[in-house]
Amino acid sequence: MMKHPFPPSKAHAMSSTTTTPMARLVLALLALGGPIVSAQADGNTRQVPLLPAYQQECGACHAPYPPTLMPAASWTRILDNLSTHFGTDASLDPATAKELRAWVDTHAGAYKRVREEPPQDRITRTAWFERKHREVSATTWKRPAVKSPANCSACHTQADQGDFNEHNIRIPR
Amino acid sequence: MKLLTTPLCPTLRASAAAVLACASLFSTAQAATPAELLSGYTAAGGGAPALARGQDFFTNTHGREWSCASCHGALPTQTGKHAATGKPIAALAPGFNPQRFTDTDKTEKWFRRNCNDVVGRACSPSEKADVLAWLLSLKP
Repeated sequence: MMKHPFPPSKAHAMSSTTTTPMARLVLALLALGGPIVSAQADGNTRQVPLLPAYQQECGACHAPYPPTLMPAASWTRILDNLSTHFGTDASLDPATAKELRAWVDTHAGAYKRVREEPPQDRITRTAWFERKHREVSATTWKRPAVKSPANCSACHTQADQGDFNEHNIRIPR
Repeated sequence: MKLLTTPLCPTLRASAAAVLACASLFSTAQAATPAELLSGYTAAGGGAPALARGQDFFTNTHGREWSCASCHGALPTQTGKHAATGKPIAALAPGFNPQRFTDTDKTEKWFRRNCNDVVGRACSPSEKADVLAWLLSLKP
C-alpha cells in the first residue's frame, strides 16, 4: 500500500509551493507509470491511524471522526468543552484529555478545504461534508437505522476503524 | 507505559496478590468485579440495595430529556443505541456482557458523565448500588 505522500496535516500543508500537492502526486505517479493506489480525489478522507485512546474514548459514543476533517481551532474548542459536548457530558480525566489534545493538534486539517472552522464545530456543517453527502436524500437521513448525520457507521461500515472508503458504504434500507 | 504492562505482568503470575500489585503498578485501569463494585457502593451508601428502586431509577427520567434507558434500553440485556448519535452500545448487564463493571475508573467515569446527563448531578453511592444490583439480577 502506497503511503500518501502529502497527508493533509499541518506539517505538510505548509510545504505547498507553486503546484498543489495533489498535482505533484499525480505527476509523480504518471511519471512512474503506476496506478494511483490510495489517493482519494480529495485527499482529506485519507486514513489516519487512530490513537487508541481516541478510538476508545471518542469512539464510545460516535464513530472516531477523522481529525483531518476540521482545523485545530475547532478541535481545541471541542476538547476544552467536553463536559458540555453537544448536549452530553463527555468529560475526561486530565491526562487522557492532554493526550487527545496533542494527537488531534498534530492531525487536524490545515489544508485549504478544511481551514475554515465549521459552524458549531460540527464536521457535518463543513462545506466538504455537505458536498460529499449531497446525493443522500432527506428521507435516507431520517431512517431509523441512520437517525443522524453523526452516525457515520450506519452507512460507512468501517468507520469504527477510521476507514471511510466509499467502497465500504452500505446505505441501510 | 503500555509496553511495560503486557510483558511484565504475566511473569508475576505467581500469586493473585502479585497480579493485583502488577495491575495497580503498571496500568491505569483498576480491575474489579461487578460484585466488588457493588459491595463498595453498598458500603458507602449505608443500606442494602433495592432491585426495584434500581430499575425505577434506570428506566425513568429525572426531570431531563434522557433516562439511562434512552441509550441502554429499558432492559439492558441487549445492544442499546446512543440517543443522539445512534451508535450501538453493547449490553450493559454484566450477565450479558462480561466486560461491564470490571474497571473501577471506567465505571466511575461513566456514572459521572451519565448521571450528569440524566439526573443533572452526581449519583449517590446508594443509587449506584441500586442500579448495579438490578443489573446484576438480570441473568441470561
